[in-house]
Amino acid sequence: MTATEETAAVVPDFGDDAEDRKIAFICSKGNLDMAYPALIMANGALSEGVETHMFFTFWGMDMINKGTMHDLQFTMLGNTAMHMKGSTKHLPQGLGGLPGMTGYATKMLKSQIAGMNVPEVPEFLDQLVDMGVQLWACKMSVDMMDLEKDDLYDGVADIINVDTFIEISDGAQVLFI
Amino acid sequence: MPVTTIAGKEVTVDDEGFMTEYEEWDEELGTELATNIGIDMTDDHWRVVKFLREDFVDQGETATLRRVSTVGGVPTKELFVLFPKKPAKKMSYVAGLPKPAGCI
Repeated sequence: MTATEETAAVVPDFGDDAEDRKIAFICSKGNLDMAYPALIMANGALSEGVETHMFFTFWGMDMINKGTMHDLQFTMLGNTAMHMKGSTKHLPQGLGGLPGMTGYATKMLKSQIAGMNVPEVPEFLDQLVDMGVQLWACKMSVDMMDLEKDDLYDGVADIINVDTFIEISDGAQVLFI
Repeated sequence: MPVTTIAGKEVTVDDEGFMTEYEEWDEELGTELATNIGIDMTDDHWRVVKFLREDFVDQGETATLRRVSTVGGVPTKELFVLFPKKPAKKMSYVAGLPKPAGCI
């Protein structure tokens, strides 16, 4: 292609004047592989200047519980899409039940995630907090699991009930993960 | 690719207005591009832009916010102050580089 077409200067539209957009993720899972979708999408939303909330409930509490957030696990069990990297051959489900297999699968997945220069969960949350995410813990889950605010990741803004979350997420696109 | 005139220079841009030729960029253009999107360049802005341009040569792609923070040493929070709302796209635009392709 030749550069012959002279045009007036085009300035990209960065949406600064656009109506404010808002997004809320409900994080309900504590598996390593299910922690990342919301983290990655929240990162993308924040990069785009979108007001972003994350509400952690039930097993999702493990993502913000100081005692568990560093050590989320990945299991092959129940995952029929399980195959070795670079292969399309599914691994037998029974393999996942062997002793040590969850630890091995977790180690493999963590190394693949690190290979993509994607941080581990706590560091990822630090990054999202720096970008302006608002983190909320589910009151019922906190009570059920006998947790206190001090047990939770420091970036969590508050422990709130579902009514408050519904208020906060008014007008937001909500994703349940 | 369309050719347009910015700061008195003919430059090649894509349909959105991002410069496409690394060598066509200079600081005067960077200042003008920043002005186009309401940013007054300071030393802190230049530090980011210079890192992006040097890193692009090394890596062949535009650094993501995370890379600017972890490798370039400019905290993410600061990037949101320097290039408000959409720092990844705005800093690339000012630096005369494509938008970052990576997710993180």
